[in-house]
Amino acid sequence: MSKVLIIAEHDGNTLNGSTARAVTCAKDLALDAIDIVVLAADGSSVAEQAAAIAGVNTVLLVQNPANENAVAALLAPQVKALSSDYSHVFAPSTTFGKDLLPRVAALIGVPQISDIMRVESATVFDRPVYAGNAVVTVEAPAGIVVGTVRTASYPVAPNGGSASIEKREVAVDLPAHTRYVSLSTGGGEGRPDLQAAATVISGGRGVGSEDNFKVIYSLADKLGAAVGASRAAVDAGFIPNDHQVGQTGKIIAPDLYMAFGISGAIQHLAGIKDAGTIVAVNKDADAPIFEIADYGLVGDLFTVIEDLEKALA
Amino acid sequence: MKILVGVKRVVDYNVRIQVKPDGSGVVTDGVKMSMNPFDEIAIEAALRIKEAGQAEEVIAVTIGPKVCQEQLRTALAMGADRAIHVETDEEIQPLTGARIFKALCDKEAPKLVILGKQAIDDDNSQSAQMLAALCGWPQATFASEIAIDGDSATVIREVDAGLETLSVDLPAIVSADLRLNEPRYVKLPDIMKAKRKPIESITLADLGVEQAAAIKVLKTAAPAKRQAGIKVESVDALVAVLREKGLIK
Ligand SMILES: Cc1cc2nc3c(=O)[nH]c(=O)nc-3n(C[C@H](O)[C@H](O)[C@H](O)COP(=O)(O)OP(=O)(O)OC[C@H]3O[C@@H](n4cnc5c(N)ncnc54)[C@H](O)[C@@H]3O)c2cc1C
Ligand SMILES: Nc1ncnc2c1ncn2[C@@H]1O[C@H](COP(=O)(O)O)[C@@H](O)[C@H]1O
Repeated sequence: MSKVLIIAEHDGNTLNGSTARAVTCAKDLALDAIDIVVLAADGSSVAEQAAAIAGVNTVLLVQNPANENAVAALLAPQVKALSSDYSHVFAPSTTFGKDLLPRVAALIGVPQISDIMRVESATVFDRPVYAGNAVVTVEAPAGIVVGTVRTASYPVAPNGGSASIEKREVAVDLPAHTRYVSLSTGGGEGRPDLQAAATVISGGRGVGSEDNFKVIYSLADKLGAAVGASRAAVDAGFIPNDHQVGQTGKIIAPDLYMAFGISGAIQHLAGIKDAGTIVAVNKDADAPIFEIADYGLVGDLFTVIEDLEKALA
Repeated sequence: MKILVGVKRVVDYNVRIQVKPDGSGVVTDGVKMSMNPFDEIAIEAALRIKEAGQAEEVIAVTIGPKVCQEQLRTALAMGADRAIHVETDEEIQPLTGARIFKALCDKEAPKLVILGKQAIDDDNSQSAQMLAALCGWPQATFASEIAIDGDSATVIREVDAGLETLSVDLPAIVSADLRLNEPRYVKLPDIMKAKRKPIESITLADLGVEQAAAIKVLKTAAPAKRQAGIKVESVDALVAVLREKGLIK
């Protein structure tokens, strides 16, 4: 029997939407079963949320105080122990999955396919390389297929399932060499999550300062949007790192992406190629962002935002 | 302590990638090649630890054909003390690369290995994690700050939710993210000096490493192109089209 095990991403209470996107990808494998493993200190509510995703057969719940926080060195041996029942092990290609899954793959002794964007068969996949400027079709060798799922390529799988939840004990020695200390969040202030939002308003170096970013936040709030940024804006300290969009930041697929004062470097574009509609506002008519924007507006971003606020009022 | 740093030769980040018409790969002939940007950051991080008196030696390592020595020379010019060239003309994927680094860790006994967060050609982002698994050492990926404190290190990591702090015992594997530092510029006298620094060449066989099972690339294609868009003349025109598409109220 061939089955896929998807590693749930969560914060102890809430299942991250990236997990249900990985489920959508896993359905394309057309295997006998899709299981999800929740590794947590308690994780009961996370397991229930995972069990509600349509198409999921079984949710494995591995409760261990060591799983309070997602530390790859601790999770990887547990996933490896569970993997022997599976033909595939998947995780979302978020910082959680990117950190954990290669460690799992190496423990199993197989390569990993990163950022699966299309399933051609149970062993053949498309994935982006060179910041998405080329797409390779790759075939996994014999053995367990380990892969991360490019979340921007797949919608969230709907609810409506009623998978069984099985508690599992995993008897492996866990190392003491890695200790979680803390997490400091950028402080989203109740705004939608960048990776799930239907609308994203992004600012770049052109915004000019942390203070000026207020106009970006204000427009975002008016539209119920999440806030994104270019690397240059993050590097300059205008906005925290978790807002960075691009090859090395978040890869997103909102229905509407509006870029203000962003030039459109390939590394930034890599993060927005799957957006439904891209709007660019830049004072430089030759900015490369206009080459991929559906609607471009040449002008001063501050004036444009002021006018937008009025038009939306 | 010794610090081992990975240096990969990749197509320069400013190059516009062209896919070969026959689907056999991307055009690399006559294309500018550079050190992977994250590896420059990794070298810089190692040098700063050494300059702070917390390490004695920084060793740059590359795996690849003869030409990769150019990037090792850059690393030496930045200030690395010596370099190891694992010479091979075969394609090296992350799992085999990790085996090679593991063999070098056995040989050199570094307290810290710093790799890039990802190589910007294959965008795999796997090597550091795989190496950590093979060594059984801690990993701290996507690092934006590294503080060495005796036998352990505190690393701040850039994660989707914000900044995570981990404490790891040494030896450990760290992967460098963009905001870890800004790499120094190499000055001409340093380039001259680097010519006298040693590069040791070894093979996979010398290290007793065999190729791991590999992923096979069947074809390479250009990505789906977005339809060319239009310029709108005013905010009102923009609002009108966005309303028409139901994207804003
Ligand atoms: C390995 C690597 C990885 C990278 N990863 C990422 C990544 O993940 N994400 C990312 O974004 N970048 C990434 N970069 C950086 C990328 O190459 C660019 O440097 C960066 O995206 C530029 O940001 P920007 O467009 O905000 O700044 P700039 O390129 O400086 O552009 C600013 C723009 O603002 C416009 N402007 C200025 N003032 C105004 C105004 N008042 N009104 C309207 N327009 C105005 C200017 O015309 C200009 O086009 C990476 C680079 C490397 C080397
Ligand atoms: N051929 C190589 N030679 C030296 N270092 C490498 C090589 N391949 C990968 N690395 C290191 O591993 C990092 C991550 O690469 P990857 O896992 O391929 O994305 C790179 O930034 C390098 O530090």
